[in-house]
Amino acid sequence: MDLFEYQGKQYFARYGIAVSPGGVADTVDDALAVAERVGYPVVVKAQVKVGGRGKAGGVKLAANADEVRTHATSILGLDIKGHVVHRLWLERASDIAREYYASFTLDRPNKVHLGMLSAQGGVEIETVAQDDPDAIAMLSIDPVRGLDLATARRWVAEAGLDEEARAQAAELLVKLYECYTKGDCDLTEINPLILTTAGTVHALDAKVTLDENASYRHPEWEEFRATETEDPRERRAKEKGLNYIGLDGTVGIIANGAGLAMSTLDVVNQVGGTAANFLDIGGGANADVMAAALELINSDPKVTVIFVNVFGGITRVDEVAAGVLEALGRVTITSPIVLRLDGTNAVEGRALLAPHLSDTLITESTMLDAARRAVAIANA
Amino acid sequence: MSIFVDENTKVIVQGLTGGQGRFHGLRNRAYGTQVVAGVTPGKGGTDVEGIPVYNTVREAVDATGATASFVVVPPPFAAGAIMEAAEGGITFIVCITEGIPAQDEAVTYNRLVEEFPGVRLLGPNCPGIISPGKCNIGITSGDIALAGGPVGIVSRSGTLTYQALYELSVQGVGQTTCVGIGGDPVPGTNFIDCLSAFEADPETKAVMMIGEIGGSEEERAAEWITQHMTKPVVAYIAGVTAPPGRKMGHAGAIISGSKGTAQAKMAALSAAGVRVCQNPTEAGQAMVDIVASL
Repeated sequence: MDLFEYQGKQYFARYGIAVSPGGVADTVDDALAVAERVGYPVVVKAQVKVGGRGKAGGVKLAANADEVRTHATSILGLDIKGHVVHRLWLERASDIAREYYASFTLDRPNKVHLGMLSAQGGVEIETVAQDDPDAIAMLSIDPVRGLDLATARRWVAEAGLDEEARAQAAELLVKLYECYTKGDCDLTEINPLILTTAGTVHALDAKVTLDENASYRHPEWEEFRATETEDPRERRAKEKGLNYIGLDGTVGIIANGAGLAMSTLDVVNQVGGTAANFLDIGGGANADVMAAALELINSDPKVTVIFVNVFGGITRVDEVAAGVLEALGRVTITSPIVLRLDGTNAVEGRALLAPHLSDTLITESTMLDAARRAVAIANA
Repeated sequence: MSIFVDENTKVIVQGLTGGQGRFHGLRNRAYGTQVVAGVTPGKGGTDVEGIPVYNTVREAVDATGATASFVVVPPPFAAGAIMEAAEGGITFIVCITEGIPAQDEAVTYNRLVEEFPGVRLLGPNCPGIISPGKCNIGITSGDIALAGGPVGIVSRSGTLTYQALYELSVQGVGQTTCVGIGGDPVPGTNFIDCLSAFEADPETKAVMMIGEIGGSEEERAAEWITQHMTKPVVAYIAGVTAPPGRKMGHAGAIISGSKGTAQAKMAALSAAGVRVCQNPTEAGQAMVDIVASL
């Protein structure tokens, strides 16, 4: 789950990472109230989960109440790369002396954590990586040992941060690493991390991606989840424990396992169809989950046929078949269903369905045949 | 021969008394796997259909001489269960648990490497390993595998592993071992570990590799294949039509920017001399042709 900047800053603050004083506003009046509270000049920042806000006119400096009113009015409702601004973050403007970059993420190939630190901040780090790779000090961190202050001190020197910023930056990086690990983030990034003319170091931006697998030990994430602006169908799917991503095609897809679901999309595409969605019912899905999946796909008006591709492992095919029958009994499924069922308890599952087969409930014995059949119906 | 496990492998099931543990533990035993014990804290002294249950891995290992463990416990307890297995003397750990936090996986993987260098972890979030006719640890349905070789399978995806087994078995091509390495960001065992074990196994004559979008493991495998692999490899990569920036189910399956695309992985594997196929059925057919020409 990606956080908005203001949420990232709130999360940073939990770990003692310095950020500018500020507040959230959803209306022009709220924006004025926040500005009065934090003091002028303030920066008015669009809260959208997409880069390039500045260039799109989503970040403005305001010296007084009139300017706050003007900027808040123009930014609220602004469309930035398809993301409409509904919320602003206003913070006290900083006198920037230097801009740095800092981040932590997982180094997947080496299975350790990777810290990236650069004295060239405020620009896209990908650009720095391309133009001047030596300007980024990479630090491999053993997840067992973590990051200590002594290492962080060497690191800030190696990255060439200004002398006067080093001690504060090292401390901040240790806190940022804590936030990344104890806070269960996939990514924590500060760009820019600034040194002010007054000689203090703090985070001017915050990019945080949370690892949703860890949500069971973070009740405080509830408030972040509440502001997730997902497609309503995706939200409903998540509530049911389904992994759903909406797409543009006409063949509704239900599969068990992410790999098989992706492969099903690919195969439907290869035989001339287009997928309406990615839907992984997960491992061990029971009848209830299967019924919920069918109802969800059925509610998508683009769908003209539903392709159920299940290869049982931990998922039992008889449970899947029972779910299909349950859904058919519970709601009117408007599109024909083509099923391909194999694996754990497949014989039992097929036997359950056998008496109900018709020209709207069809089974095929292979994935490829089932895809062809589904696409033929979709394209008819 | 098989890799990592064989007919003599003695297996304990951590979580045998739970719903999934019981179902799959008993299925593994019914397949012929030597499932010698279960471990559930507080349930020591009981049994599950004749399989004795112990409170700790250490007790189970002492009593049975088991060397492998099948970890089937919920995410909050999985990292602890893996470490307990290693500390208790287990050398091959299969963890099927889905949804373990990445931070836990990173710490657990590195603790194993540092404190227990002789221990291999398969998974987490994987279907397990099956050496047809000998040993099945995990959630793979044994009846879709065919004993006798000569093909080794390694796969990052659970259900596509079954699909790969199925495509070969229906055409009468057997498998030496089929390893599901799982789709999480920090897998204990990776493609290269399996490719090198298959390369060293005299009974494995060819390898089928199933990858998916995200990360760079397939590209690294391609590099390894170029340098070390003498046996033919057939590959299929899922996610050609996956949209960028969206996690396709697995935590590890995401295209970020231009990185991790199926196209890049397919190109790298092709350049390494791997026969890259467009879908699992085509991959199965390609392997049938290769086996016929051996």
